Amino acid sequence: MLAFVLLLIPAATGCVAAATPWRRWIGWLCTASLGFVLVTGVVLAVLVVHRPALSAFGGVLRVDALSAFMVIVIGAIGLLAVCQSVRYLEREVSSGRSSARRATLYSVLVQGFITAMLLAVVAGNVGVMWVAVEATTIITTFLVGYRRTREALEASWKYVIICSVGIALAFLGTVLVYLAALHAGGVTHVSLQWTSLMSVAHHLDPGVMRLALALLVLGYGTKVGLAPMHSWLPDAHSQAPAPVSALMSGVLLTVAFYVLLRFKAVADGALGVGFSRMLFVTAGLLSLAVAASLLLSQRDYKRMLAYHSVEHMGLIALGAAAGTPLAIAAVLLHVLGHGLAKAVLFLASGEILIVEGTTEIDQVKALLARRPALGGVFAFGLVTLLGLPPFSLFISELNMLRAEVHVGLGWVAAISLVLMAVIFGSVMSHGRHMLFGARPDGEVAHKSPLNVSVPLIGGLVACGAIGVLAWPLDTLLRAAAMVVVK
Amino acid sequence: MNGATYSSFLEIAAGLVILCAFVTLWRRSLRAIVRTLAVQGMALGVVAIVLGVHRRDVVLIVVGCLVVLAKGLAIPTLVRRVLANEPMSRETSPLVNVPSSLVGAGALTFLAYGATRPVVALVSTSAGRLIPLGVATLLIGFFSMVVRRKAVSQIVGLLLVDNGIALVAFLATAGVPLLVELGASLDVLLVVVVLRVLAVQLWSKFAVLDLDQLQELHD
Repeated sequence: MLAFVLLLIPAATGCVAAATPWRRWIGWLCTASLGFVLVTGVVLAVLVVHRPALSAFGGVLRVDALSAFMVIVIGAIGLLAVCQSVRYLEREVSSGRSSARRATLYSVLVQGFITAMLLAVVAGNVGVMWVAVEATTIITTFLVGYRRTREALEASWKYVIICSVGIALAFLGTVLVYLAALHAGGVTHVSLQWTSLMSVAHHLDPGVMRLALALLVLGYGTKVGLAPMHSWLPDAHSQAPAPVSALMSGVLLTVAFYVLLRFKAVADGALGVGFSRMLFVTAGLLSLAVAASLLLSQRDYKRMLAYHSVEHMGLIALGAAAGTPLAIAAVLLHVLGHGLAKAVLFLASGEILIVEGTTEIDQVKALLARRPALGGVFAFGLVTLLGLPPFSLFISELNMLRAEVHVGLGWVAAISLVLMAVIFGSVMSHGRHMLFGARPDGEVAHKSPLNVSVPLIGGLVACGAIGVLAWPLDTLLRAAAMVVVK
Repeated sequence: MNGATYSSFLEIAAGLVILCAFVTLWRRSLRAIVRTLAVQGMALGVVAIVLGVHRRDVVLIVVGCLVVLAKGLAIPTLVRRVLANEPMSRETSPLVNVPSSLVGAGALTFLAYGATRPVVALVSTSAGRLIPLGVATLLIGFFSMVVRRKAVSQIVGLLLVDNGIALVAFLATAGVPLLVELGASLDVLLVVVVLRVLAVQLWSKFAVLDLDQLQELHD
């Protein structure tokens, strides 16, 4: 029942936002609803961490430790993004770039987007998961195209076409899994419930499951942004308003990955780990390679962040390929750490775009001297994302690499280390261009308003804290990993 | 209906679906292509209805009727409205010419038969033997999205992909559970609405018809 309330609150807030002309308090109401999501996520986690899963409506909604963890991820990053949306919309409306009606549309769509993601992670039925992931595509199309420039419309066209095809393949994969379940020997009642698929996993036809898993990885992989289906991602992320980019990059990608993890567990039951490992290693290494080659000569800092997401999705795909409990726990920690840091960076890049008026890396100089607070957040965000200690990404990357070596994927770990080093070098050099340098004469250091710096610094502190303090997240991560590892 | 009539009805309807996919590659007039798409949607609905009658499954018959309404009538009407905005309603410069496209589609059909062997082996009913036709329709849809350059052609390609998947779903499992089926159909409808809005905005604000004109974003 709590899972239903969890969906109801953001949806209801969206309805309120739809019914009232946009005012600042609507924005704060939306922020409060995300605070509620985060708190509910924590409560759910406490309820299910050592106990059986909660379910409602005959299993349509089902919350286990993995779902609860994803609710926390959505809540935490959603809170940051929605809180910054208030400021974004206020400026859009006051500058006349968008009317109050469009601000209303924005708020409603963001609430719908968050509700759809929550539905995807608390659904117990893989069909409902599919419907929810597809709903996120439809809802976010208009958010990507919110600015209605030619570039924004182009990005949303590519986004909706590529992701719809991808998600259609995922549907075919789901149908084939259902078909395999229908023909599994000795089963009387078949449904698309994830638990029932798990219980018949050992009897599923291997030939059909191989085809199904390949389609699912291709299909959901498109939404995750895994190469070679990543081509929509840099366009959409660079054109969307900053808070929307933060939400898409921080959580939407990993929500799709969450669904893949569920299917991987089913397919591993039928096929053993070898086949899924091959698929995930291929997709992961390809993503790292694409990100490394396109980051080298990147000129646009929002696209740089987007390709950096492709890299991180590749890393978690490799972690999932290893597939041990340690690896999956590290993957999940990486999902949270990357989400927080990437959201902070996209929000900071939105601020940089506003004050500097450009997205070109070359045009932005000496941020640290000219705008200490904003530059500092951007610098720390980059350091976090590059996986330097003490932030959590260091620990999760280390654990994923260890797990890969442990299961005999040492060569994969070695290749990924080389590619990560290339990415590290190119992002550092782009970052240096933007951050360092002397302040031009006659320009005073700008202060950033408190309502910008406080949430962003908060996000970074959270990211550092989960890296240093293992407890209490550690227990939850281990319980969540055990859900999909047998 | 008896076994033989059932299989021949099913074969005719499923054959019509794949035939329409070939026709969309053959025709260049976008209006004719959208009409073909409507016929395909109706044939798809008939597949579901025939299966439903055979299995005495009322839900499936209802789903079939909904498919006829949605894919045979509503979606083609939506796509036709985009055409009203476009002065040139012909696919003038596909990347691959018509004869080669048809040969390519033939090759894709062979590929579909090869790829679906484990599925056909598992199902082993008269409906199951037709599954490759759905996969072939899907692949032809892909192909036409890649080689056709008009915004409308891409929408048509996407719908071919979707119809192919729906055909596989009906033939293989007699339809996934109703809740999912309805969600999926609603999603397709919404995607078409979204694409229509985008196409109209691109045309009315920036006079963009061909996707080759969309090249602002690159690395």
